[in-house]
Amino acid sequence: MHSKPRILLCGDTAISVEFGDKIDPWINALVRRLYALLKSGNHPGIVDLNPTYRSLFVQYDPWVCSFERLVGIIEQCLPYVGTPAGEASAVKEVPVCYGGEFGPDLEQIAALHGLGSDEVIGLHCAPLYQVYMIGFTPGFAYLGGLDENLHTPRRKESRKMVAAGSIGIADQQTGIYPIDSPGGWQLIGRTPLKIFDPEREHPFFLEAGDFVRFRPIAGEEFEKHSSP
Amino acid sequence: MRSILVLEPGPLATVQDRGRFGFRALGVPLSGAMDLQALRVGNLLVGNRDVQAGVEITMGGFRTQFRCDTSFALSGAARAAYLNGDPIAFWQAHQAKDGDVLSIGDTSFAEAYKRRGGFPPAGAGLRIYLAISGGIDLPPVMGSRSTYLRGGFGGLGGRRLLPGDTLPVGRPVGKAGKKPAPAELIPRYSIEPVLRTIPGPQDDRVLDEGKSTFFSQLYEVTLRADRMGVALAGPPLKLTGGADIISDGTCPGAVQVDGNLQPTILAADCQTAGGYVKIATVISADLPLVAQLAPGDRVSFEEISLWQAREIYLRNEYLIRVLLE
Repeated sequence: MHSKPRILLCGDTAISVEFGDKIDPWINALVRRLYALLKSGNHPGIVDLNPTYRSLFVQYDPWVCSFERLVGIIEQCLPYVGTPAGEASAVKEVPVCYGGEFGPDLEQIAALHGLGSDEVIGLHCAPLYQVYMIGFTPGFAYLGGLDENLHTPRRKESRKMVAAGSIGIADQQTGIYPIDSPGGWQLIGRTPLKIFDPEREHPFFLEAGDFVRFRPIAGEEFEKHSSP
Repeated sequence: MRSILVLEPGPLATVQDRGRFGFRALGVPLSGAMDLQALRVGNLLVGNRDVQAGVEITMGGFRTQFRCDTSFALSGAARAAYLNGDPIAFWQAHQAKDGDVLSIGDTSFAEAYKRRGGFPPAGAGLRIYLAISGGIDLPPVMGSRSTYLRGGFGGLGGRRLLPGDTLPVGRPVGKAGKKPAPAELIPRYSIEPVLRTIPGPQDDRVLDEGKSTFFSQLYEVTLRADRMGVALAGPPLKLTGGADIISDGTCPGAVQVDGNLQPTILAADCQTAGGYVKIATVISADLPLVAQLAPGDRVSFEEISLWQAREIYLRNEYLIRVLLE
């Protein structure tokens, strides 16, 4: 963790406030806290915010808010980022049908780690994960807290098409594909939940800071969820 | 209802506005016009107060019929364009009557394109904007009418325009001007542009040798050039400790260096976060030049300071606001 956050230039209309350079729950908590403070401040000239693992991306309009003023606003927030937000994060349950056609890489992961498929499922369902960031595609949640015994590198060849709802593992992360997209994560299951639906009033099921728990379900329940 | 009817969309035409702000935290890309300056100036010419949605036309071959009396303007990469067969100029407002047909780019262009095996004719630029008084009035998705093709939302059903599509047009709010756009507001498109950049956010991950290569050598635009990014090929950019970083925020203009040490300039539909080193960021005033890059074009990069970039940004904003008065 940096002793003082670094302000990095991202062109003439954005900066990145970097708290550290590793994946770490505390660094990520600081990022999300600064995000919450700036968002609730409704500062004119700050046009977009994007919290990631270890830094907060801030886009601004220099016509309305100068770089110096922006840095001033951020510095005023920094003394408060180490204190908890006061509001509890939501815990959201995600039903998952593991293995088979929904999780084509489950057997391989089990073999790689010398585990049975059931043990992999057990280890994957046990933790309460936290959403570290959303990115890659609309609503793609990067979850921190994966059991060390399941850390697995990405696939050598990415798939041209990964179905929406697929649950994957890449290194120390696990995540959910919100839309059909290409992808290189190891797929272990699929949820029938619509993680992202632009037609919904609230298109996104998850946001940064939320907690997620996976619940294993059978194929029949998957079908029941999927049918309208 | 005011509307236009798409007769021929050409290779790719989509509805775009300024882009989608406030949803990056949820992984939603900015989208919006690749050449925002062109769409913005087009809007000003037809009397729109702000950046209303227009049509982003790729290369040409676009034909549309007006279903109302309206003013409109063409901007971006200049092409032969005709209203009912009469040639019309870019960067100024024109008046169309109900039933008039606008065509952009003639068949000779399409043939030249085919002859070059998928490369557009050199120096032509890529993107043309049709701005209409009142703007394209489709329902906004997450605050924007911009089409995001990969996500399948925004614009007209989240997809490219097809023959027979009807695009509703809003009520005009202002009057179209008579004068062409001032030259200072028209980007200086080039097949060998010098792109001004500010180093960062990860320039400290590039060796000095890599930095001097980046700011002195020419890079050629490859065939992997679309609304997500423009991949370049040229001398490798030497890094310290590999191209991978822990993913952080990205934006259009960011120049990322991949595992093959080649640069890619990210564009309007780029992902909201990325795990590659970003050596520098193209300033917003030069993003229109990036928008018009075609395979085979060559770019070079110049380093400028945030303070120089700010002067350029503020001057452009000032000129646009003067034009608005």
